[in-house]
Amino acid sequence: MSAISATEKVDGFTRKSMRKAQKQKKSQGSSQFRTQALTELSPLPQLKDAPSTEQQELFSQKLQQCCMLFDFMDSVTDLKSKEIKRATLNELVDYVSTNRGVLVETAYPEISNMICTNIFRTLPPSDNPDFDPEEDEPTLEASWPHIQLVYEFLLRFLENPDFQPSIAKRYIDQKFVLQLLELFDSEDPRERDFLKTVLHRIYGKFLGLRAFIRKQINNIFLRFIYETDHFNGVAELLEILGSIINGFALPLKAEHKQFLMKVLVPMHTAKGLALFHAQLAYCVVQFLEKDPILTEPVIRGLLKFWPKTCSQKEVMYLGEIEEILDVIEPTQFKKIQEPLFKQISRCVANPHFQVAERALYFWNNEYILSLIEENIDKVLPIMFGSLYRISKEHWNPTIVALVYNVLKTLMEMNSTLFDELTASYKSDRQRCVPCPSLILTCIQNLTGVQLWQNWI
Amino acid sequence: SVEKEAPGGGADGDDSLYPIAVLIDELRNEDVQLRLNSIKKLSTIALALGVERTRTELLPFLTDTIYDEDEVLLALAEQLGNFTMLVGGPEYVHCLLPPLESLATVEETVVRDKAVESLRKISQEHSPVDLEVHFEPLVKRLASGDWFTSRTSACGLFSVCYPRVSSTVKAEIRQHFRTLCSDDTPMVRRAAASKLGEFAKVLELDYVKSDIISLFTALASDEQDSVRLLAVEACVSIATLLPQEDLETLVMPTLRQAAEDKSWRVRYMVADKFSELQKAVGPEITKNDLVPAFQNLLKDCEAEVRAAAANKVKEFCENLPEDSRETIIMTHILPCVKELVSDTNQHVKSALASVIMGLSTILGKDNTVEHLLPLFLAQLKDECPEVRLNIISNLDCVNEVIGIRQLSQSLLPAIVELAEDAKWRVRLAIIEYMPLLAGQLGVEFFDEKLNTLCMAWLIDHVYAIREAATCNLMKLVEKFGAEWAQNTIVPKVLGMANDPNYLHRMTTLFCINSLSEACGQEITTKQMLPVVLKMSNDQVANVRFNVAKSLQKIGPVLDSSALQTEVKPVLEKLATDTDMDVKYFAQEAISVLALA
Repeated sequence: MSAISATEKVDGFTRKSMRKAQKQKKSQGSSQFRTQALTELSPLPQLKDAPSTEQQELFSQKLQQCCMLFDFMDSVTDLKSKEIKRATLNELVDYVSTNRGVLVETAYPEISNMICTNIFRTLPPSDNPDFDPEEDEPTLEASWPHIQLVYEFLLRFLENPDFQPSIAKRYIDQKFVLQLLELFDSEDPRERDFLKTVLHRIYGKFLGLRAFIRKQINNIFLRFIYETDHFNGVAELLEILGSIINGFALPLKAEHKQFLMKVLVPMHTAKGLALFHAQLAYCVVQFLEKDPILTEPVIRGLLKFWPKTCSQKEVMYLGEIEEILDVIEPTQFKKIQEPLFKQISRCVANPHFQVAERALYFWNNEYILSLIEENIDKVLPIMFGSLYRISKEHWNPTIVALVYNVLKTLMEMNSTLFDELTASYKSDRQRCVPCPSLILTCIQNLTGVQLWQNWI
Repeated sequence: SVEKEAPGGGADGDDSLYPIAVLIDELRNEDVQLRLNSIKKLSTIALALGVERTRTELLPFLTDTIYDEDEVLLALAEQLGNFTMLVGGPEYVHCLLPPLESLATVEETVVRDKAVESLRKISQEHSPVDLEVHFEPLVKRLASGDWFTSRTSACGLFSVCYPRVSSTVKAEIRQHFRTLCSDDTPMVRRAAASKLGEFAKVLELDYVKSDIISLFTALASDEQDSVRLLAVEACVSIATLLPQEDLETLVMPTLRQAAEDKSWRVRYMVADKFSELQKAVGPEITKNDLVPAFQNLLKDCEAEVRAAAANKVKEFCENLPEDSRETIIMTHILPCVKELVSDTNQHVKSALASVIMGLSTILGKDNTVEHLLPLFLAQLKDECPEVRLNIISNLDCVNEVIGIRQLSQSLLPAIVELAEDAKWRVRLAIIEYMPLLAGQLGVEFFDEKLNTLCMAWLIDHVYAIREAATCNLMKLVEKFGAEWAQNTIVPKVLGMANDPNYLHRMTTLFCINSLSEACGQEITTKQMLPVVLKMSNDQVANVRFNVAKSLQKIGPVLDSSALQTEVKPVLEKLATDTDMDVKYFAQEAISVLALA
């Protein structure tokens, strides 16, 4: 098949995405559990042609007209009515964005009703039960031609200079936000993008909802981490959080610290980390810039959850560690250098060259170098064994070259220590006498009764 | 306990405790795997320490290790559930509570669940007094914990202590459960909702009516559909507990609402639990309420829901009250079923196809011929192979009612098409039904129509198909007998020994391996053995070592003179083959057949 290029075939296997692309047409889904009966829409006069005294009434009629829902899975029915609704929505978008004084108090409930009726729905079951966001094309929302305009309208409504949160909060309440958050699970990236902006606006304008929004995002994440392992909008929610965290006042509240330690850090264990790692790392670094004291627990958390088999994730973790080190305070560095460099030393020795390479790149970072130099007596003994062995044994020449550079840099930092370590490393290798188990030596000195007390 | 300085030497070592010391040492090793191994042998350590030191030293130490890796914690949580005897029996079982309490609060779900499981287990070993003094306070602490994990765990513990405590404590437990049902976090509400049914079972009927029903109603109208759908599960248990006359007022409004929930997940759950619900509410309510609800689910706008409902068609019909069963099926269910046969979604059709044949036993011969047969035939021609397969795999139900002949005209093209399907898994599936079909269709029909297919599979290009095809031949011989085999399949199988393709030649050997026993000594010795022996000169080493394997396999069927005079020389020759594998298998055969 010509669709598969030579590069794709290089390992003899075709990629899943390529195989699928050949048979898969764009898939669409939608779920509207219809309760109302469908009546045909008839066009109303244009708002701009109506005398100003009647505009408000017409606006309200149009909003009501747009509450009619259509089945987009069936692309042949109700074409005329669908078109009328689309044109009306377009007109409404235009109306709230260009006119002043249209948001009178009585319009709020009708606007809210139209928005809720259209966008709040149970998302359809995924077309593809093993949907892999990295590989598969998402199922797009079939009713997008209407829903897009409703989102557009919602945004213009929120951004209208006359918009009054004090009135709107009766409609844009906790329940509204909760339903909005559920929609972030939509497979359609276009929808999630709108939701992101909408939620951001709501967070900005409704102070009373902020804590609630944070708490619900918290719940969504916990469900994602510990229950379902699936939620399409994690990246978008993290992106919003990134800017929220930025605005946190100091000192940080316990709630925020708990969110960092009990939600954001465990989130690194998720299977689909690659989809939102950039946003997640951004949030974590934001926190650490706010409050450097958190650096130690965060790094210890990352070390606890360090990937054991997934090299791709290890590379991401290393990237995040570097971002953290970029902003770390030297006092904090001292607190975590030992466990951290033990892990880095394992990464450097990783047979997967991308992991090793990513870890070795730390030595290209001026700030990290200065931290290492300051603590060379601690760092070098931890790193030395791995580096020395890898310089002799790693299969990948690029890694070997990088390791030589790193060894050279470290040697320049403290050549005496370096020589000592070299000497003891070599003599250890030569002797090669197995170290008698500590326990064996001790056992000889103990009676059975004393044993327990000594080993516990 | 903390680490103490080793006392100076002098005393003699005790070798018998050495392995224990190693295990203990490994509990603190840096390597997770070693810690894990050691935790898994925790009972050995405890046994060696004796009950008292296990209580006073080992358990406090374990309580401190709660900060370990989740894997270790999981193993620990499991071990502690079986520790009662090791701490000195039921009298001391409460010593196990502190470490399990901490484990019940960790983030990782599997660890927490395991800790709860162990707590439930050891709760039964507490005396009623200990339950109130030690266990119930733990449940209360967990239920009022700050972080959601401990409250989630608490949900699973109420039902195990409730039946054995005093009425004051019972009231407290009910209060705690009520609080958790309206918890702030959906995780806890989900946990509570999933335990609602089991908690209802241990409550006194009056409290079921007063407490549980209101909780049930509240959870069933929760803002999150993940909570509402769990209430549907609880509905089954609750409905079973209540007397019939209360169901209508206490349960049905909620159930009706769930069947029409705006979230498909909740409707799916109703469809999925439909048979249980049907049994729980009884025949009258089924007739009045569930039949229309079931019709709606079969016509749901979401395919998942339709598929779940379609799966239940047979069971639902079977459990309908006998007096009105046929009328209900014919007037209410069958029209929906007819529509599902041409559903747009293949999962729906295939769910239906897996149960639809079962309706024939319920409806009897005349109705089956008139109403169901057209549906079977339509599904046999469905574009989706899974649908056809599901029909074919359930032919036995129809066979009993109307005999398979009615279907055979349509059956054959369907079978042939599946037999040649491009997906090897489909071909594999149909092969597996061949013996069944052969039995139902009879030897004549088989010879005439299906034999060629069975032989064609022997030269399929997928190994799994060839392998299944040989196995299929064996089952056919078991059904139709050795004489049939000798006339129809053995000549064809043996003919393949001269095929230019070595894979086909090997198939001959594989067939012989599986057929020899069913065919018996005579056919094996006279017809098969010469072919096998001749193949020992094959150019391809794989064929030669398979000859050795075949000889080993058919050896027991042969008589000893054939073994000595014919098999032995050939194996001896193969044992000196240039190819390593041929030698190996020849030698193995010689020693297994005791020909050395």
